[in-house]
Amino acid sequence: MSGAGPGRPLTHWQHRLAERGVDRQLWLLVPALVFVVALFLYPFFYGLTLSFQPTRGGPFSDYARFFSDSYERGTIWITLRIALPAALLNVLAAVPIAYRMRGRFRGKRLVTTLLVVPITLGTVLTAQGLLNFLGPTGWFNRILLATNLVEEPVRLTHNYWGVFFSLVITGFPFAFLLVLSYLSGIDPTLERAAATLGADWRRRFTRITLPLLMPGLATTFCLTFVLAFSVFPSAVLVGNPAGETRVISLAAYQAAYERYDYPYASAIAMIMGFVELVIIAVVLAARSRFYTGSTGGKG
Amino acid sequence: MSGFSQLRLDGVSRRFGGQAALTELDLTIEAGEFIALLGPSGCGKSTALNCLAGLLPLTAGSIWQDERRIDTLPPERRGFGMVFQSYALFPHLTVRANIAFGLRMRRLPKEETRRRTEEAVRLVRLEDHVDKLPGQLSGGQQQRVAIARAVVFEPSLVLMDEPLSNLDAKLRLEMRTEIRRLHQSLGLTTVYVTHDQEEALSLADRLVVLREGRVQQIGSPRELHTRPANWHVADFMGYRNLWRGRVEQLDGAQATVESSGHRLLGEAVGGLQSRAEAVVAVRPEDIRVDGPGETRNTMSATVEVVEYQGRELAAEARTDTGLLLHLRTEQRIAPGDQVKLAVDPQRLLVYPADVSARADRLADASGATR
Repeated sequence: MSGAGPGRPLTHWQHRLAERGVDRQLWLLVPALVFVVALFLYPFFYGLTLSFQPTRGGPFSDYARFFSDSYERGTIWITLRIALPAALLNVLAAVPIAYRMRGRFRGKRLVTTLLVVPITLGTVLTAQGLLNFLGPTGWFNRILLATNLVEEPVRLTHNYWGVFFSLVITGFPFAFLLVLSYLSGIDPTLERAAATLGADWRRRFTRITLPLLMPGLATTFCLTFVLAFSVFPSAVLVGNPAGETRVISLAAYQAAYERYDYPYASAIAMIMGFVELVIIAVVLAARSRFYTGSTGGKG
Repeated sequence: MSGFSQLRLDGVSRRFGGQAALTELDLTIEAGEFIALLGPSGCGKSTALNCLAGLLPLTAGSIWQDERRIDTLPPERRGFGMVFQSYALFPHLTVRANIAFGLRMRRLPKEETRRRTEEAVRLVRLEDHVDKLPGQLSGGQQQRVAIARAVVFEPSLVLMDEPLSNLDAKLRLEMRTEIRRLHQSLGLTTVYVTHDQEEALSLADRLVVLREGRVQQIGSPRELHTRPANWHVADFMGYRNLWRGRVEQLDGAQATVESSGHRLLGEAVGGLQSRAEAVVAVRPEDIRVDGPGETRNTMSATVEVVEYQGRELAAEARTDTGLLLHLRTEQRIAPGDQVKLAVDPQRLLVYPADVSARADRLADASGATR
C-alpha cells in the first residue's frame, strides 16, 4: 500500500500522511484530474463568465432576453415535454425486462446483446432507420395502409414522435443495463423469504423488490433524463426543428453558429444546465425518502 | 394456520441438470416433532428443505400434509415459516414491520397483527429494538428477528436452514438454547438443517443423516450417537478414528478384526461378513490412556501432537505399526511420550467397508488432522 520500499523506512511525516490515506497511489488520480479541469471545469467557467458579458446591456441582459422572448423561453418546455416522458418510459420499460432477466438462464448473453446493440448505432443511424421504417412511405405505414387500418399514413417522423422514438431507442439500453445491475444487487433470498411469509408475486414485487429498487430507478431516471435533455441530432433529423421539436440545445446552437452570439449561447447553455439540475435535485430529494443502504446482493 | 397431524415426504427427488441432489427421500414428520437434516455440504439437506418450502419444484415424488397433496402449491400457499441462513431480513423495513410481514400478508385485523407482533417481539426479547432497521442490529439480534418473523403467524411447520452458521461460537450456543426453548414453549413442528452434528444432537427429537442425496440413517440422537448405521454416518457423528481392516472372526455380534497388525475386538454392525474388508470406528474420547490392568484391545503408541482443550487434551498418537489414533484424555501427556492405549470392545464398532468407498477418502478420515 505505502509508497516507500521495504529497505527505506518511512519518515515521521510520511507515516502521518499515510494514516490519512495520502500516499503515492494518489498519483493515479492525476490523469482524471487533468481531464476534469481541462475538459469540464475550464469550459464551464469560461462559458459562465462569457454569459455575463453580453454584446449589449448589463451582465444579466442575455438571461433577461431569453426569458422575455416566448419563442426562446418555450424551448425549455418543449425539451422537458420530450425528455421527461422518454426518460420515464425508458426506466419503466427496463424494469419488467430486467426483472425477468436477473439470475442465470440459457441465452441470457444473446438477449442482453440484442437489447444493448442500439447503444452502438448512434443517433444518426437510428434517425435513418426511423425515417425508413416509420416515415410516410416506410414499412410501418405501408403495413397499416395495406391492412386498411388507416386511410392516410400516420405521421410519426419530423414531429414530436420521431424525436421521442429516437430517444427511447438510444436511451433504453442505458436504462436497461443500469436497472439490471441494480436488480442483481438485491438478494434474491429476500423474495423467497417473502414468499414463505405468504406474499404472492405481486406483493413480493411491490413490498420488497420495488422499494429496494426505487433509489436505483431514481438514479437511472436522472442519467437517461440528462441524455434525453441534451437531445440535438435527432431533434433536427427526425423532428421538426422549426416548431414542436425546437429543443433548447437547438436554440443555443442557433445563437452560437447562426448568429455568432457566443455570450447569448452561453447563457442558454447555463439555463439548460440549471433546468437539468433542478429536475435532478427533485428526483434525488424523492430518492432520499427510500431505503438506500445495503440490499444484500452481489452488487 | 391449519395444523396437521402428519407430514409425509414420499420419494422426494430433485435433480439439477443431470446431477441428482436428492434421491427418494421418504420421511414422515409427526406434529410437534423437531427433525434435524444432517450431513456434509452438498449432501442434499438444503435441497430437501427448499423442496419442503416450495422454493424448489420436485423432480419426482410427492409431499402430503395428512391427506392433502402440497408439493404442487407455491410457497406462499403452504403456510410454512422459514429461517434462512443469511436471515434474509427485509433491509428497508423496521424490526417490527419485518416480524409483522407474515401477518400483514394474511390480512389479519390491525389490532390482532399488533398484538401478535408484540408477543413475538417479547418472545425473542427484542423490545428495545423494534423501531430499528435490520442493518443496525448485531448478528444474534438479526437471527432472533428472523426466527420471530418465521413463527409469528403460527405456521404448521417451521423450516430452518443452518440458522446458526453465521454466528460466533458463543452466540451459537446461546441461540441453540433459545431455539430449543422456543420449540418447547410453542410446540412448533420444526425441520432443521445443519452440518453440525453437535447442534443436531442437542436440538432434535429425530435426526435424518444424508449423504450424496440419499438417506443414510433416521433415528433418535442416542441411536445416532451410539450406533451409526454405516461408517459414513460414524465419520460424520464424531468417530474420528476410522481404520481399515479385515474381519478375522465373527461370533454373533462380536467381531475380531485385524487392522495394521493389531488384533481388535469389537461390535459388528450392519451386515458384516466373515473374512470381509471392514472399517473400525472409534470415538477419540473412547480411547483410554495407560489404564491399569487393560487386557483387551491394547496398543502401545507414541504421542505426536497434543492440543490443549481445557479439561481435556486432544492428541494424536501413532502405534508401532504406523496406525494413527485420535484421542481425548484428561491425563497430562506430551509429544514423544510412550503410552499404552486401550478401547472397550463395546465402544469399538466394526462396519463392512462398502466397495464403492474410495480408499483415499478413508485414508483422509483416519490419517489427516481435520
